[in-house]
Parts: sequence; C-alpha cells; structure tokens
Amino acid sequence: MKPARSSRPGVKSAAAIRAIPHPAPRFTRLRAAALRKTPTGIRGLDEIMDGGLPTGRATLCCGGPGCGKTLLGVEFLVNGATRYDEPGVFLAFEESEVELAQNVAALGFNLRKLVAGGRLVIDHVRIERSEIEEAGAYNLDGLFIRLGEAIDRIGARRVVLDTIDVLFDGLRDASIVRAELRRVFQWLKQKGVTAIVTAERGENTLTRHGLEEYVSDCVIALDHRVTEQLTTRRLRVVKYRGSVHGTNEYPFLIDRGGLSVWPITSLKLEHSAPEDRVSSGIRPLDAMLEGGFHRGGSVLLAGTAGTGKTSVAATFAAAACRRGERCLYCAFEESPEQIIRNMRSIGLDLRRWVRAGRLRFHAVRPTYYGLEMHLARTIATVEEFAPAAVVLDPVSSFGGSSNVTERRNALIRLVDVLKRRNVTSLMVDLTVGGETLERTTADVSSIVDTWIVLRDLESQGERNRGLHVLKSRGTAHSNQIREFVITSRGIELREVYLGPGGILTGSARLAQEARDAAERKLRAEERDRERRSLAQKREILHREATALQLELANVEADINRRRNETQLRQFQEARDRADLALSRHATGSRATTRQREHGGVQ
Amino acid sequence: MKARVPNPWAEETDEAPWRLRLYVAGTTHNSVAALTNLRRICREHLAGRYRIEVVDLLKNPRLARGDQIIAVPTLVRKLPPPLRRIIGDLSHTERVLVGLEVRTEVRA
Repeated sequence: MKPARSSRPGVKSAAAIRAIPHPAPRFTRLRAAALRKTPTGIRGLDEIMDGGLPTGRATLCCGGPGCGKTLLGVEFLVNGATRYDEPGVFLAFEESEVELAQNVAALGFNLRKLVAGGRLVIDHVRIERSEIEEAGAYNLDGLFIRLGEAIDRIGARRVVLDTIDVLFDGLRDASIVRAELRRVFQWLKQKGVTAIVTAERGENTLTRHGLEEYVSDCVIALDHRVTEQLTTRRLRVVKYRGSVHGTNEYPFLIDRGGLSVWPITSLKLEHSAPEDRVSSGIRPLDAMLEGGFHRGGSVLLAGTAGTGKTSVAATFAAAACRRGERCLYCAFEESPEQIIRNMRSIGLDLRRWVRAGRLRFHAVRPTYYGLEMHLARTIATVEEFAPAAVVLDPVSSFGGSSNVTERRNALIRLVDVLKRRNVTSLMVDLTVGGETLERTTADVSSIVDTWIVLRDLESQGERNRGLHVLKSRGTAHSNQIREFVITSRGIELREVYLGPGGILTGSARLAQEARDAAERKLRAEERDRERRSLAQKREILHREATALQLELANVEADINRRRNETQLRQFQEARDRADLALSRHATGSRATTRQREHGGVQ
Repeated sequence: MKARVPNPWAEETDEAPWRLRLYVAGTTHNSVAALTNLRRICREHLAGRYRIEVVDLLKNPRLARGDQIIAVPTLVRKLPPPLRRIIGDLSHTERVLVGLEVRTEVRA
C-alpha cells in the first residue's frame, strides 16, 4: 500500500471516492530517517499524522471560531500529562484558568487535578488593548519569561499557545508582534518542547495574520461547516514538513472523551472472511441463500415503502438473539417501543431479548447529530456492546440530510468496522417509488455482500410482497422471486406460482391454488371412475368365464355320457351278438367269437 | 521579593498616592532607558507623590503572571486605581502621561 499523497490535498476526485477505503498512510519504510514524533493521543489524529506532531517543533492549528482548536490543544496536553508522562503548559490568551477548566470538564478532562498534581500549568495571559498604552520600544520578553518559568517549574515537554491572534489584537505594533513571535517559535525549538499554536482562520489565508509563514513545520486546519442545518467538523493536515501524512479532509467529532478523528479504521481492506453462515431467521430465505448470510457479511435489504423491511430486519435480530448472540438494532425512524409493539403483531417478542440483554436499541433521530457524530456514536456503541449482528434501520436516514457521497463514505466506514469485528450487518434501505429497484437511496449497493430486494407485486388490483435475492457474493443463491407473507406467526415465504403474466401472488395465487385443487379432485374422481368401470368389466368377464366354464363342463359331461352310452350300446350289441351266436352255433369260447365277429364287421 | 531601588533623590514617599511598578528583564537598553525616563517624568509631574518599584523578571519570573506582563518594559500604575499599563521604554513622554492619566491632572 502506498502512502496517500496528493498534490491537491482535500480535493477528492470521483475515482478517489470510489477507491474508499482510503489507502492507509503507512510510513514504516520511511521511519528510519524520519523526524521524531510526539503522539497527541487523540484518536485518529496520530494515525493520520504517522505518529503525532513533530517533536520539538511548533505545529500551527488554525480554524474559525468554535471549531475545536482550544480543545485540540487541551487534549494534547492532558494526554501528554496522563498517558505519555509529558507535563505541559497551556498559555491561554482567551480564557481564564477557571473558564477553561469548566469548558473542558464536560468532556471528561479534570484540569484542576492535573494542575494540582504539577502535571499542567495553565497561565491566562490577559491582554486588554484599552488598558495598555504603548510608549516607546518594547519586546515580549515578559511572555518568554512567563512561559519559560512555567516550563521549568514542571519540566514541561509540551506547550500550547491559544490563541496567538490575541497578541495582534492587544498590541498596536504588529511588526513587533511578528518579530517577537518569530523569536518565540525559535526559542520553543531551542527549548525542545513540542508546541501547538492556535490561530484564527483568515479570509483567504490559513490564518488571519499570516502565521503560517513562521510556523511552517506542520499545519493542521480545522473546519466547522454547516450543510443543511447540520454541522460537520473536519480536520486536514495541510502541511507536515519531513513527514508523509494523510492529506484528506477527515471528519472529526467532539464528544465525551474529547476529540476523535475519523476514519481510523477504514484504512485497510484486510478483514477476514469467515465461512460459516448466519440464519436470517426465515428458513426459506436461508435456503435461497445456501444456508443464510455469511458471518461478518453486509446485507442490504432494500425495498419500497411498506414492503416489510423492518419485519424482516426484526426477524433477523430475533434469530440472532435466539442463537444466544447479541444484536444491536439502530433505529433511526421509529422508537424502540414502537418497533417492539409492531413486531409483537407478527409474533416476535423483542422485549424478551431486550430484557435478556441480548438486544439493544440504539435509537437516534437522524437530524439530531451530524453524520460523523452518528457514525462515531454507532461505532462506540458497537465497541461497547460487542454485538454479533447489527441492524441499521434505515440507512437512508443515517446522517439525516447529508449528501449522498458523505453518507456513502460514512456507511463504508461503518461496514468496514463491523466487518473487521465479524459483525453481520443488515442495512435496511428505502427505495423511493419511481426509482429502479437496483438503485438505492443510500447508494451503498457496491459495498454490500448480499442484496435482498423486497418489492411490490401489483396484479389484478392487489399489491403483494415479493422477495428476491439480487446478489449474494460467494453464494449460489436462488434466482426465484418468492412471495412473502407476513402472518401473526412471522414471515412466511410461499411457493412460486408462475402464471402467464409472471408470478402469481395474493388472490391470484389463491385462485390458482383453488383451480389446482379442483383439477386434482377432478382427476382423482376420473381415476376412480376408471378403476370402477374396469373392475366392473372384470366382474362381468369373470362371470362370463364362469358361465362358459359351466357350459364347458356340461358339454364335457355330455360328451362323456355319450361315449359311455356308445360303449354301453356297443357292449350290449356285442353281447347280443354273442348271445345270438351262442344260441346259433354254440362253438368256441364266447370271447373269440365276439372278436372275430367284431373284426368281420369292420 | 520586590526589589526596592535606592532612592538618592528622596522624592519618593511611602505614603505616596501614586504607586508605580516597573517590570524589566535584566539591564537591557530598554530597561535602563525606561527607568531613566520614568524617574524624569515623575520628578517633573508627580514630585513628592509617588513611589517606584522595579521588578526584574529575570530574578523573579513568577511575578510576571500576577500583573499580566507580556511586554518588557512594562510600567504598571498600581495606585490610584484603576490599574493602568504602559509598555515600552517610556521615551514617548506624552503617551506616558496619557497612559498614567497624569496629563489631565496636571492641566487642572
């Protein structure tokens, strides 16, 4: 992977956007000769800056009012004092020690404690132009002395000057201030402390007073933009002498715990790809997908309004819980109670899983935060809850009205984080009527592994729900459009009925089923009838056969009788002849005579 | 802590309504000039009513914080209130007088 280097920092071409996740700024090869770095401890920033700020040099941090310059400085010092054993000095030109401590207390920083522990010095430098009269030559040795004293007192390694513009506002002679600032930066270098100098952003320049000319080693620009009533904070490393760095504009957020810069995890494409499958909770759908979704895969569930997206998503969530896994349900449009109530009507008891601690709802209004805040909150919840499955319902609301590219980038980051953690993600997306089904509002289709489309099937004055798998990477998925029915017992997928005009659904399917049944019955009856008539025929034949047999027997008997009669007659005739002969001649035996006689006749 | 400058002219009094403190950093050209100029101005305009304290920040760096010193030399009018600050070597007498709000007093 090559370090991200661009001649036009912050300018993203379409190709660059497509190539997201951005290649990681990896600098390992260069490290040997590179300058030393001082970690800021700010999440994401050190990664972007390849380790941190340049050690022993001053970094200019510029931006408009309220964009987080002071906080960046405070966090740099707090992290230094608490995590890197580097005490720090905060020279505050704008706020008093008390104000500063109060302002950052909400973010979880306890400055008072650090000050008391000798890990931090906060010096409020108050310059009020109306209180100062300039009468003759002067220099800013007082500032040097104060800073030097504070540094020496606690052995500080880090210094923050916030905001240097106050010097220009408080003193009339800008040329002296310029000259003296140059000297300050030189002197800080000599002292070997790592410094952050904050400055207001100018109209067309990075800073109002052209400070970037003096502090030219490293420049960070912070930005706070409002787009469609939602603010997004962005950070960019404009310049970093002697080091490569990420040059993009990175969204960052200020939250409890301070600043965090995103993305920090979407830099690489090296998540593992588990083989095992996760059930969708709908058995026929699992069958269509060769057993379910890939674990850690991203599933897009797209469909028009009212096609049952949330029902499918909730079924998936409940299935995960039933397996004993944890599931995070991010609801951006409905409240958890509403979802629980609605899902009860289709036989899903989500409350049970909420009580069991397996299901957690993360419900936020899409317009409540800016996009990056949404992203960070969601990821923070994922990290804390460690779910096996995440439902985003719907991604079209993720980040409110942010533009498509931003939302897409944010979702890519989110999917990336989830994949890395082997979390199966189900993204619900609304397809607005009129758009083609293959185009989703969030435009995330290319990053999903499995894409299930829920659609309306209109025919014969009815709308019915159909489901098909548009794509599923690494799966020989079904190509059927199935009708799916939401019943009080959950979701059922019905067998496909193909009619002349496509698949049959709803009443048409029912009618077809009835027709089929009638036909089946008819056929059965016919078969019955045939069987009966054959049996009859057999019966008849059987009877006929018996009659013939009888006749045959009679005939045979007749024949026998006649033969017997004949024999008898012959015998009698023979006897009569013998008797006659006997009476006539009375010679020889009776038998021979009869034989001779008999032969003589023939 | 606060270095009291020897007072050969005996024009300063402890009960002075004008209390001035001059912050310097070592004996630089500006520091020396500022003290010289201050003394001259005080002699001319505040004779007998002032007291000057000189603080060398190189010796007492911590004192810079208390009076919000960033520039050197800085003259601070501790009394009468309100607190006023004049920075520079005090070579511009008119400005010093305006800064100390002496000018109006003198004219009256």
